[in-house]
Amino acid sequence: MAGPTFVADAPDALSHVALESLTAIYHAPSGMTHLLAPPAPQILAALANRPGTAEDVLARIAESFDLETEDAAAAMSARLGELEAAGLVRRA
Amino acid sequence: MRHRLDLTIGPVSFRIGSAWPQPIAQLAALYAPYPKPAGIADFTVRLEPEKPWRRLVRPSVAIHGDYTLPDAAPLPLAQGLLAAEMGMNLQMALGQKRFLLLHAATVERDGHALLLTGHSGAGKSTLAAMLGEAGWRFLGDEFALLDPVTGLIHPFPRAISLKNQSLALFDSAAPDRLGPVLKGTPKGTIRHLRPPADAIARMAEPARPALILFPRFNRDFEPETRPVGAAETFVRLTQASTNYVALGRPGFDALTRLVTVTPSFAIDYRSGEEAAALIDTLWSNAT
Repeated sequence: MAGPTFVADAPDALSHVALESLTAIYHAPSGMTHLLAPPAPQILAALANRPGTAEDVLARIAESFDLETEDAAAAMSARLGELEAAGLVRRA
Repeated sequence: MRHRLDLTIGPVSFRIGSAWPQPIAQLAALYAPYPKPAGIADFTVRLEPEKPWRRLVRPSVAIHGDYTLPDAAPLPLAQGLLAAEMGMNLQMALGQKRFLLLHAATVERDGHALLLTGHSGAGKSTLAAMLGEAGWRFLGDEFALLDPVTGLIHPFPRAISLKNQSLALFDSAAPDRLGPVLKGTPKGTIRHLRPPADAIARMAEPARPALILFPRFNRDFEPETRPVGAAETFVRLTQASTNYVALGRPGFDALTRLVTVTPSFAIDYRSGEEAAALIDTLWSNAT
């Protein structure tokens, strides 16, 4: 069963700066700053202006990211839930 | 207002009005060498009685101005100078839009700035005042003004607020540089010290940040230096800024640039001499 579909803002709505292993993100629509750990920045990039489910995101970032977990889809759904709560992705 | 003083401090100008003569006379003495603003002041501070009769009966100084905090408690008239200083801080904290304000003390050497930031009581003011008497140029003990366009720190050399045990360290300063001893303030005993003459003469000269330190004074700590990563420094400086959120993207850009190019360390120290030695070592590695 496919889960909800999410979408993130276009890349120009965000400023990214790498700070060691983390990424500082300024989200212009909300004026909020976030400090994100991988794979959150990669998820945002995969969903920028391009709606997708947890499975879609996994497929899109698979080349650059290996989610080492037994249930990658459940882990991705959890990350999407966190990014939704932070206001960085929304239901499409 | 019955009594008034106009002041320029670094890139900012203030008009301070008071219902009583004493705070203005004390301010005028403390800030005697500071220039007058060329035009209209950026910020207004008003020291007024809470109720009209409180100008004469148990006089009580409420801090008003362009920006006010509704729950700020009034101070007794004996602490009127502190009220003026708090009023200037408040206008900056709430109204400054041109610079990213970091709650930090700053000193300069060879065109490079050292930022000392951290919690209240960590010893920032005392360290900056000590360094300012020992070959560094004092830029400020309260706010570092980071220009989002140039990345430079602009001096804001207000009177230094010495607290409690620190007062004794500056007993030998020229008497005209010292304000009255203010006892029983919300932060204990306070005495203001006018910055050294070169800090005032060169207050229009900004400096490029070279080192960020988080000092911690504690007699029980062994002296220690610990590198602080860019992400931790970034988070701590967003918390140390009064207007980071208000500035939006320029604030984000300025702060991320600062933390990515500027080395940052936490230092624990037990005395001023110990801190000066730690700072010397870190400074020579950073510049």
